[in-house]
Amino acid sequence: MNSSLSKSKKRRTVGIYIFFIIGSCIMIFPFVWMLLTSFKTVGESMQIPPTILPNSWSLDTYKDALKSLPFLALYKNTILLIFWRVVCAVVFSSMAGYAFAKLEFKGKNILFAIVLMQMMLPSQIFLIPQYKMLAKLGLTNSIFALVFPGLVSAFGTFFLRQAYMGIPDEIAEAARLDGCNQWQIFSKIMVPLTTSSMAALGIFTAVFAYGDLMWPLVVNTDINMMTLSSGLATLRGQFSTNFPVLMAGSLLAMLPMVIIYLVFQKHLIEGVAMTGGK
Amino acid sequence: MARLSLKNICKEYPNGYQAVKNFNLEIADQEFIIFVGPSGCGKSTTLRMIAGLEDISSGEFKIDDVLVNDIESKDRDIAMVFQNYALYPHMTVYDNMAFGLKLRKTPKAEIDKMVREAARILDLERLLDRKPAALSGGQRQRVAMGRAIVRNPKVFLMDEPLSNLDAKLRVQMRTEISKLHKRLGATIIYVTHDQTEAMTLGTRIVVMKDGVIQQVDSPQNLYNKPCNVFVAGFIGSPQMNFLEAECVVSGKKAELKIGDVMITLPEEKAEKLIRGKYDGKKVIAGIRPEDVTLAANNAKDNVLQCTVNVYELLGSEAYLYTESGTNQLTARVSSATDIKAGDTVTFELDTTKIHVFDKETEETITN
Repeated sequence: MNSSLSKSKKRRTVGIYIFFIIGSCIMIFPFVWMLLTSFKTVGESMQIPPTILPNSWSLDTYKDALKSLPFLALYKNTILLIFWRVVCAVVFSSMAGYAFAKLEFKGKNILFAIVLMQMMLPSQIFLIPQYKMLAKLGLTNSIFALVFPGLVSAFGTFFLRQAYMGIPDEIAEAARLDGCNQWQIFSKIMVPLTTSSMAALGIFTAVFAYGDLMWPLVVNTDINMMTLSSGLATLRGQFSTNFPVLMAGSLLAMLPMVIIYLVFQKHLIEGVAMTGGK
Repeated sequence: MARLSLKNICKEYPNGYQAVKNFNLEIADQEFIIFVGPSGCGKSTTLRMIAGLEDISSGEFKIDDVLVNDIESKDRDIAMVFQNYALYPHMTVYDNMAFGLKLRKTPKAEIDKMVREAARILDLERLLDRKPAALSGGQRQRVAMGRAIVRNPKVFLMDEPLSNLDAKLRVQMRTEISKLHKRLGATIIYVTHDQTEAMTLGTRIVVMKDGVIQQVDSPQNLYNKPCNVFVAGFIGSPQMNFLEAECVVSGKKAELKIGDVMITLPEEKAEKLIRGKYDGKKVIAGIRPEDVTLAANNAKDNVLQCTVNVYELLGSEAYLYTESGTNQLTARVSSATDIKAGDTVTFELDTTKIHVFDKETEETITN
């Protein structure tokens, strides 16, 4: 009986492994295809039936991609965009979240409802007014223009408010009795207790900022002020697209995110678990 | 240490709810005051007003004759031990204890000396590098005490500090707190709803109900001379028996008619009932379970026949939960008795220990 039990257990384990291996292959396939295409010629990339491996492993497409786009500027712009969006989201959201969670002031509930409303509206609604505002101020084609919509984060405020609400009031009260003023309670007690949530928010903000295409495309039209995502979009022609060069460019553009993921892997997984996001 | 004076203190919330009403109390230096009462009676709110964590709606609160109503918590020189300890989870035990001193810019060497001294007193020396998550409930409680001690404050406030501990540890920590009070000579205000803690720790106890002080007295006096039915019922476990009675006066003699039984009161108690013109009036007779004894076979006076509902064995003694007509009566008897549920027993009431309360006002007529 024991052996039949262990056999069925083994079968189930093998089944589960096969299921997940198939899932992993499906997830990895586009990246592998992208990598392989980046080594093909234009003809090979359009060939029907398609070939899996390139005829020759040439780095010419990478050279072309580096020639077609000012990658250094794109990297710099993307890194600055991510840096400022993360800093602004974490700093301002933590302050606002703390205020909404722990401070008592008039109009608190109405203000928080407004924050929630902003979360519920699609970001495209704000695209034109925000663009007009920046255009009138003459601030388009700048790093500030890229960062502008991310100066405050409604999601971040909501997310960190929840984190602060999880901290018992008695801890802040104990700090008050120990001699802390409001700023010291925030900086010495509350912030260190919410670092995991802040890291999660920072990583999410970075991922979203990296993937943001529409706003950078609209607000910065000078190729030297574009981000990686908007710069890559210019590689797509109206009538034809050089797919190998586009794939090579995309692989080069992925580098910062891969590095961020490798460094903050633990926090990213924690963050996903915390928010239930994916 | 410090003297505290609370005059006409009231706490009213914006929704109109009055949590504390006209609270008056003078606390002497080195006193161990206990605030006791059921949930929602205002004891924690009063403590929080003393700490400065709640605004005082009206009244005057002074520490050493200085009005502190509008002084920030941090400037009142008060330390508080919270029910859930409120330790800083991201700091080690050492840092938790040193935090208040660091904020006050105490020199590092002095901080180190004070923290280690407090740790020695509380037997926390081995745990100084640990974080709160790695401590047991009792250890966390001691760290919370240590954090208060190192600051050497004028007043210690403790908000149900033992309620999260198991029964055994609670008894142990109760003794520790008592020792600590003697050692530090501190003024301590302690909130609890556990009357054993109140009776064993306090030099004076403040009994509260619905935001109003019911009685302020020594533990002994509260037990023996409660000022009303609430205090009499709240202090003591099992609680005092309350029997519906009618006062019958004949000359200088006063009796209580409980059901069909007449209980003759001693002269001094009778005198108070006669003077209060209670003849023919309904009153409440109160008697503690230990003052109700099994009557001898030939006893005829002041006896009450009851039916046993529940027999509760506690080891060396037992409680008999009985009823006589509409009255419920609990008696503490020796565990050697062979009485069981359903038996009819005759109790003798110790009339010198009977308390009589006015039925309308519920105030004490005689203790």
